Amino acid sequence: MEGVKEFDLSTTSLREVNRYLHRDAAGAGVKRVKILNADGAHSIAAGLTAPLEVEIDGHAGYYAGGMNMHAHITVHGNAGPGVGENMMSGTIRVEGFASTAAGASAHGGLLVILGDAALRCGISLKGGDIVVGGDVGSFSAFMAQAGRIVICGDAGDALGDSLYEAVIYVRGKVRSLGADARFEPMTGADHAAVRELLDRAGLSHDPKSFQRVASAKNLYHWNSDANQEY
Amino acid sequence: MCGIVGLLLKKPQLREKLGELMTPMLVGMTSRGPDSAGVAIFGDAVTDSHKLSLFWGEGVADWKRLAAELGAAFAGKHRFAEIGQHAVLTTPANPEEVKTWLAGAAPEIYVLSMGRSIDLYKDIGTPAQIVERYALNKVTGTHVVAHTRMATESAVTPAHAHPFTAGQDFCLVHNGSLSNPHLVRKKLEPLGIRFVTDNDTEAACRFFEWRMREGDDLTTAVHRGFSELDGFFTFLMGTDKELLIVRDAFACKPAVVAETDDYVAIASEFRSLAHLPGVRHATVFEPKPEEVYSWKA
Repeated sequence: MEGVKEFDLSTTSLREVNRYLHRDAAGAGVKRVKILNADGAHSIAAGLTAPLEVEIDGHAGYYAGGMNMHAHITVHGNAGPGVGENMMSGTIRVEGFASTAAGASAHGGLLVILGDAALRCGISLKGGDIVVGGDVGSFSAFMAQAGRIVICGDAGDALGDSLYEAVIYVRGKVRSLGADARFEPMTGADHAAVRELLDRAGLSHDPKSFQRVASAKNLYHWNSDANQEY
Repeated sequence: MCGIVGLLLKKPQLREKLGELMTPMLVGMTSRGPDSAGVAIFGDAVTDSHKLSLFWGEGVADWKRLAAELGAAFAGKHRFAEIGQHAVLTTPANPEEVKTWLAGAAPEIYVLSMGRSIDLYKDIGTPAQIVERYALNKVTGTHVVAHTRMATESAVTPAHAHPFTAGQDFCLVHNGSLSNPHLVRKKLEPLGIRFVTDNDTEAACRFFEWRMREGDDLTTAVHRGFSELDGFFTFLMGTDKELLIVRDAFACKPAVVAETDDYVAIASEFRSLAHLPGVRHATVFEPKPEEVYSWKA
């Protein structure tokens, strides 16, 4: 197919593939890149700045699509720790599960994980959106500052601990909420937000089946008499 | 950092290929642990005798002299399978008595493991160097527990490399760091439990082995460890009967399992599993925090 470039990581170095994605793809007029035999390599398609479509075949290692800007990246497999960390824009779609700290500190864009996400999903989220088709592990959305996380399954312990302005929508059971996180009533705007994110992720749950978790904002003002209890 | 590797073969006909399948797994974890590596191999148990894996720590190994002295001290036929500084001694004598004797007769020797099933190799160097040094790509058996080390809290010596052992046919490798190993040690030493190194992992290994001697099975011992051992850990353990993995509540230290009808393969990262036959169709998952996963050999 014209305009599609294919790399095989079993025969080409990752450095070469990433250099092509960073620099050479634009000059060659290539819009789509396929990467075969990911085999758990680290930092695949990290640091992209162009609106490329990148397909990764196999399981990706640490930091796949990290710092992504504008690109649309699909992992046909599982992703290792820190997938989409610090993403600025674009989309990353993981068809399997994601390891710890998925979407950590993401400023923008959409990260979709069709399977489960492990612990600390969306930690320190700064404006990106995350949709998880399955469950998330403990300490997810810890200190998340802005952005939205949609969890179609269950959440582990300490969900949304020390949240700032980020909002979590969760459909399943929450083992425990973190400090200063609380359930809040869903409004029409919340239902619309969940609908929009599910549509973009290609998932078909009823937005009415989700609960909203947001910050109670008690931690916004330090209270020395609270004895660390919030 | 550190790398962990485990492989348990479910089909007897694959046992001949244990070393061949394990070697790329271990070498794949070199960047996580380039300073030392070790492999514990579990195979068919010897009957009417015990095996001791020995490492000659200082000077040039003289296994012939040791064999003669051992023969004079203990009755029966003793066999040494030696490669350089390393030997597996098979002896009809009581292994504890042999170990005590070795401490006096050859104090430069470390007893790396003891039991009827386990052989243990560990040394400083890259995983590839250690595989080559001890022909580990040729080993056979039912399962291995292996480790690549990047030292963070104690010296780089063969004795500080993993796996650690305690008692018989038991070993443990660790990715992480414990914050209370000295407290654990203070608790165990008055019970007569002796430590060989100042390494944090040794405390966990001796704790679990002590619990098993007190009647716990390994899974029960691990559950007890959740309240006794403080710190970060992914522990991979082997006995002659099982392979077991557990991660602490925060699961900061990675682990991936790939299971097929032929094998259970475990590594810190998928890139060490990617070469395994049939891995594309394997069930792949990450062990959940504080959940014990165990497979029978």
